[in-house]
Amino acid sequence: MPSPPKEESAPQPAGIVERLVRDDVDRKRFLKMAGSAGAASFGAFVLAACGSSKKGASTAATPATTASGSSSSATGDLAILNYALTLEYLETEFYGKVVASGLFSGKVAGLIKDFGSQEATHVEALKGAVEKLGGTPVAKPEGKFPISSAGQVAQLAYTVENLGASAYLGQAGNIKNPEVLASALAIHTVEARHAATLGTLVKKSVTPQGAFATPADMATVLAAVKPFLA
Amino acid sequence: MTDYEIANPELAACEVHGMTRASFILRGALAAGAVYGTASVAPFVSQAFAETGGGDAEILNFALTLEYLEADFYTVKGKQVGLSGQAKAYAGQFGAEETEHVAALTAAIKQLGGTPVKKPGFVFPVTSESSFLELASVLENTGVGAYNGAAPSLQSKQVLASAGSIVQIEARHAAAIDLLIGKSPTPNQGFDRPLTKAEVLAKAGPLIKA
Repeated sequence: MPSPPKEESAPQPAGIVERLVRDDVDRKRFLKMAGSAGAASFGAFVLAACGSSKKGASTAATPATTASGSSSSATGDLAILNYALTLEYLETEFYGKVVASGLFSGKVAGLIKDFGSQEATHVEALKGAVEKLGGTPVAKPEGKFPISSAGQVAQLAYTVENLGASAYLGQAGNIKNPEVLASALAIHTVEARHAATLGTLVKKSVTPQGAFATPADMATVLAAVKPFLA
Repeated sequence: MTDYEIANPELAACEVHGMTRASFILRGALAAGAVYGTASVAPFVSQAFAETGGGDAEILNFALTLEYLEADFYTVKGKQVGLSGQAKAYAGQFGAEETEHVAALTAAIKQLGGTPVKKPGFVFPVTSESSFLELASVLENTGVGAYNGAAPSLQSKQVLASAGSIVQIEARHAAAIDLLIGKSPTPNQGFDRPLTKAEVLAKAGPLIKA
């Protein structure tokens, strides 16, 4: 349902965002989404809907009207795609550096290499999707990643993949175009597979959040990846 | 929908764009009938037609059936088979998580005004830890494709969010099981393929005792 454009008054983590989204319209949308409370209520619903045995917060299940309040579905999806593209660029660069480091060998090295290749295919797919929607793919950010030991890198990869899975999950309800949604879902579960695999490597739970994965909103994710932007 | 598409669920699976709930259910029911014969899918077909218009609730009921199947597989069959080590640990952990999914879906269906399906009976053709894990891999990977295939048809963003938080867990289970049995944790490479209802029934149907 169309509604007039709204004032962009959300708090702005300006430095990162400038880097992330160069298109002005996209940037405004991006800032709005990153700063909105929509994702927060979205997350609250998941708890209300899924944690029924433990939580009595049924009142939290109000419609996430913030998500449907976007004035343009194309703009909203573009911002989400460019956001995802940025994350995938960072993941691809990270795995590339890990592979180059030679810290891993054998079967684990093979998995790391596979995951890096898969992130690269996500980059290509997302770029294609942005262009298909008539947008401009965000520029590749420059990353910086601490790479010291196999254990440290595996732990970092586990953290990054769990964050990526949460980031996709956090946007699922905001995506308007069913094709874009299907693509995001197809990527989302691959990030989850990566996260679980790395969990086995670092001897941590493959399901650290239990039976229901927790979504993360843009602001949370961007704050978490900030240290990895050069 | 053409006969060609019915006979090629893989092709049909690509047509997520513009697909309605009704067409999803109808296509699934028809395709299942075409491939497996009316008798084997009769309960699903009648249910699909009876509940057409039930919307998200009917999609969740399909998911609920799968979650019942997975929960039963881990918690009941897992004990019968006599698992050990990591397999036993996963069966315990995953079984508890699938049981939580059953509870969440049951509640969500009621919240939507629907009637949750009753737990079906199951028959699992496994007799050893290795055959148990092989089937676990099939079930978890099928679960991922089932949710990813059905999710774009969901109308409620809240239900979609819930389905998303569940499918991520199915994917984690799938990867863990696949690693344990020496398979790739990413059998579909970079993009998990959505499954049609017919494809899901091909894997899960034979395990369900009407």
